[in-house]
Amino acid sequence: MSTVNETTGGGKLSRLPSMTVLGPILALVLLVIAGALINANFLSAGNITNVLARSAFIGIIAVGMTFVITAGGLDLSVGSMAAFIAGLMILVMNAALPSMGIGIPIVLLGMVVAIFAGILAGLLNGFMITTLRIEAFIVTLGTMGIYRSLVTWLANGGTLSLDFELRTFYRPVYFDGIFGIAWPIIVFAIVVILGEILMSRTVFGRHCAATGSNEDVAHYSNVNVRRTRLLTYAMLGLLVGVATIMYVPRLGSASSSTGVLWELEAIAAVIIGGTVLKGGFGRVWGTVLGVLILGLIENILNLTDFVSPYLNGAIQGVIIILAVILQRERKTS
Amino acid sequence: MVTLAMPAVAQEFTVGVSIPAATHGWAGGMNFFAQETVARLEATYPNVDLVLATASDPAEQVADIEDMVATRGIDALVVLPFESEPLTGPVQAVGNSGVWITVVDRGLSVEGIEDLYVAGDNEGFGRVSGEFMVGAMPEGGNIVVLRGIPTTIDNMRVDGFNAAIEGSGINVLAMEHGNWNRDDSFTVMQDFLSRYPEIDAVWASDDDMAIGVLAAIEAAGRDDIQFVLGGAGMKEMIARTRDGDAMIPANVTYPPAMIATAIEMTVVGLVSNAPVSGTFTIGSVLVTPENAAQYYYPDSPF
Repeated sequence: MSTVNETTGGGKLSRLPSMTVLGPILALVLLVIAGALINANFLSAGNITNVLARSAFIGIIAVGMTFVITAGGLDLSVGSMAAFIAGLMILVMNAALPSMGIGIPIVLLGMVVAIFAGILAGLLNGFMITTLRIEAFIVTLGTMGIYRSLVTWLANGGTLSLDFELRTFYRPVYFDGIFGIAWPIIVFAIVVILGEILMSRTVFGRHCAATGSNEDVAHYSNVNVRRTRLLTYAMLGLLVGVATIMYVPRLGSASSSTGVLWELEAIAAVIIGGTVLKGGFGRVWGTVLGVLILGLIENILNLTDFVSPYLNGAIQGVIIILAVILQRERKTS
Repeated sequence: MVTLAMPAVAQEFTVGVSIPAATHGWAGGMNFFAQETVARLEATYPNVDLVLATASDPAEQVADIEDMVATRGIDALVVLPFESEPLTGPVQAVGNSGVWITVVDRGLSVEGIEDLYVAGDNEGFGRVSGEFMVGAMPEGGNIVVLRGIPTTIDNMRVDGFNAAIEGSGINVLAMEHGNWNRDDSFTVMQDFLSRYPEIDAVWASDDDMAIGVLAAIEAAGRDDIQFVLGGAGMKEMIARTRDGDAMIPANVTYPPAMIATAIEMTVVGLVSNAPVSGTFTIGSVLVTPENAAQYYYPDSPF
């Protein structure tokens, strides 16, 4: 129960930072130093923008995943869900093009479709897990296959592409920004700030931690366990929709290879950031570090020939395992 | 005795076709041509029954093939192996039971199992790409290369490419795996652009990867890259070559329609006395603005 207490007040701040707090920060700092030594362009504005902007998809999804995992759940369907929503968005926008023409309304229509589809998909997962009482792992493994097949079917095995001129109009949503900061980075930042407040300063955040820590105790403490879980899945679905809104303008297409393994990247980022996989304790700012660590490793490996590209996956694997070892003291305490 | 003298019109043939599911663009095109060919041949040959199964992993494909043998009693099997090793044993067992075996694209690990082998030319795919690069950059230059998923196919293509550009003055700055995927290639290309201030051309080695590469170049606003060479003949890219897009001056074919060739030849072998056993290699052809129109298939998803 100590994990729950810790999130209920400002107690976290009064303690000395432990390895679970320092670990991910240290790893990030080391990666930045290594990157700067390897390539002079590593710290250039262009490179930093690239890494942050393309990490934003996984980042936005991982913030939602932090809540799901904190409440003792899991969602394996987010990568397929993103591909399906992207496909749906492209179909709807292409279909509406002759009547609506190119302009802001059609982009808004696409965004609304993405948000609604995301919330619905999340609620569907949550409903089966909380009301039908099927294991989260099984439900989301099932929906993972369903969404992946649906997008393949919608695309007839090929690729769904947004109308070329519409894509040109929509494109700035990924590539432009304000004050030189790209939109995906801004949206990611907003999602993180809201997520951090929700997790550490609100009743909902405490209920998530209580539910994930001990479902029965939470129930007797007047926490609506079922509704809390359902809301975390709906919120994750919503954020998958938001990520897709950022994703579609980048390449203007969706296919069956869109979003493959995003679920594992998001879960890895959450765990690297110090959220407990079994639930009961989560921190959104840690997830951000996790996302940045994963994004930087890939970037650095692409910037150097030092390691055989065959070993990229192994390097990422080692970092994930190391990050969790650094957090072991939490589990044993 | 009288029945033996009658023509064999009554004889029924069942042909099983087992292919990987449409998990990427090329496989999607292959699925499209397989379905189209099955429908067309069933209409043409009323006494031939075709059974099509798609699998998303090697284990599922083995199960598909076992089901075809057990429940449909197939006379011939056309198989595009998901992976060579796991499929070799099961396909060999089917062949030993007297079923005609046609293997497509990816070979099996043991020689002599198949009666007919229909394949694209991977070494040729790389060689034709390399020869185009040499021709397009007579003065030499710096290029970056995106490779596919680490497989023997990818190795053969890259070996063919390297052999073709050897001694030409073309300098490969770096090679990374874009996994035949748009998103991965976008990421890799962004990092290549950060890493090298001057790149003359890109061998994307696949059209899905070329699309990711083009998006990264466009976003970075770089104008040092003269062209991107993809491959495999995606219809959108063939159209750009046909229309004279300077960034996409050519393409190299690796047709997903080779599955249609394989099914058709197998059926012809069953219903006629035309010999079809042996190896049929479909050449990789250079597509240029002049001949692009004949490689454009508007109905295919790829």
